[in-house]
Amino acid sequence: MPMRILLRNPRREVEIRGPRSVAGVLNELSVERSSVLVIRNGTLVPGDEMLADEDEIEIRPVISGGMGRPEGPT
Amino acid sequence: MKCRVCRGPAVIDVPRHNANFCAEHFLRLCRDQTRKAIEAFDMIAPGDRVLVAVSGGKDSLALWQLLHELGHTADGLYIGLGIGAGPKGRPNDEVGYSDVSGEHVRRFAASKGFRLLEIDVREEHGFDIPTAAAATRRVPCSSCGLTKRHLFDRAAIDGGYDVVATGHNLDDEAAVLFGNALQWNTDYLARQAPVLPAGNGFPRKVKPLVRLTERETAAYCVLSGIDYQVEECPLAAGNRHLGYKDLLEQAERRSPGTKHTFYFGFLDRAAERFRSGGEGPGGELGRCAGCGAPTSEETCAFCRLQARVTGVGDVPVRITSTAGVGR
Repeated sequence: MPMRILLRNPRREVEIRGPRSVAGVLNELSVERSSVLVIRNGTLVPGDEMLADEDEIEIRPVISGGMGRPEGPT
Repeated sequence: MKCRVCRGPAVIDVPRHNANFCAEHFLRLCRDQTRKAIEAFDMIAPGDRVLVAVSGGKDSLALWQLLHELGHTADGLYIGLGIGAGPKGRPNDEVGYSDVSGEHVRRFAASKGFRLLEIDVREEHGFDIPTAAAATRRVPCSSCGLTKRHLFDRAAIDGGYDVVATGHNLDDEAAVLFGNALQWNTDYLARQAPVLPAGNGFPRKVKPLVRLTERETAAYCVLSGIDYQVEECPLAAGNRHLGYKDLLEQAERRSPGTKHTFYFGFLDRAAERFRSGGEGPGGELGRCAGCGAPTSEETCAFCRLQARVTGVGDVPVRITSTAGVGR
């Protein structure tokens, strides 16, 4: 069974055959490593880690927005 | 990958520090960077009562926990903004964005035993952010930021807090600086600082996460087991601020440390020049005829917004609920 990968914003799932490195998976999905965290079993997985079939992986974006102007009298 | 500190297996790379860390030493790095920011900018004095602006996202929940880990007395304030399902929200969402964010905050506060205060904008002030954005015909982030600033300030003053802490991180601050520099908004550049002192009816406001990127605050949450709201605000998608973050991230990939150098270089070598010639909030301010908040106009921008959206004036803020126990 291939590894299942959850992506967010928008939420969707893809399947990829292992074994593959984290960096290889991100490259295949065209995801920049610096803008996400890769999570397996509730903890972070570094870029050189190998991912195997049947792993459940989340690729979580870290960029959030929605900023007002600097503080001051209203 | 090995941890720079203990040489054990690393779980995260931090290119701007040219280092990798295991979970234990990464969490220590986050605490150290937060402590360093607090001390370097005299953000919080011993014994200060801190009100943390919490949204349910990674930055504010990480900040709340970090302040407690560093020994500060910190309560949280969550403002329900009415984004998502509801009479004026996005009708296709079964559960609104604000409903979900509020649940994340309440669960976190209860699990930690932190004291949580809440204000519901719909209940207390008769409008929500989607309605305000439609009425003003401006981007939702404008009404949202104005509303949050006003209500956090007021709750802090009314509640006797010494300082309001917000979860602005290095990415946020660098992106705001970039946007203001692109447009030479000199009065905004004059006000951009990790600490805004109390005065003129405003509480002191601090940003203890300015030495951490948002990838680092997200990693702190995952490694600490903090269940934060990952989904992005549906009203923020595509805003200009996100575009600036994207541009800075491209520069950071080419040259790690760019965002830190840009922001802290501004603070060290440029910010003062804007302050001396800028139109900062240091001048005499009057009091809003509607709510008493400091303002340079007859009524403050929040009361004007509320009147425009609802047709009625301001009503007093009250605490709608609390969870957890005080510390």
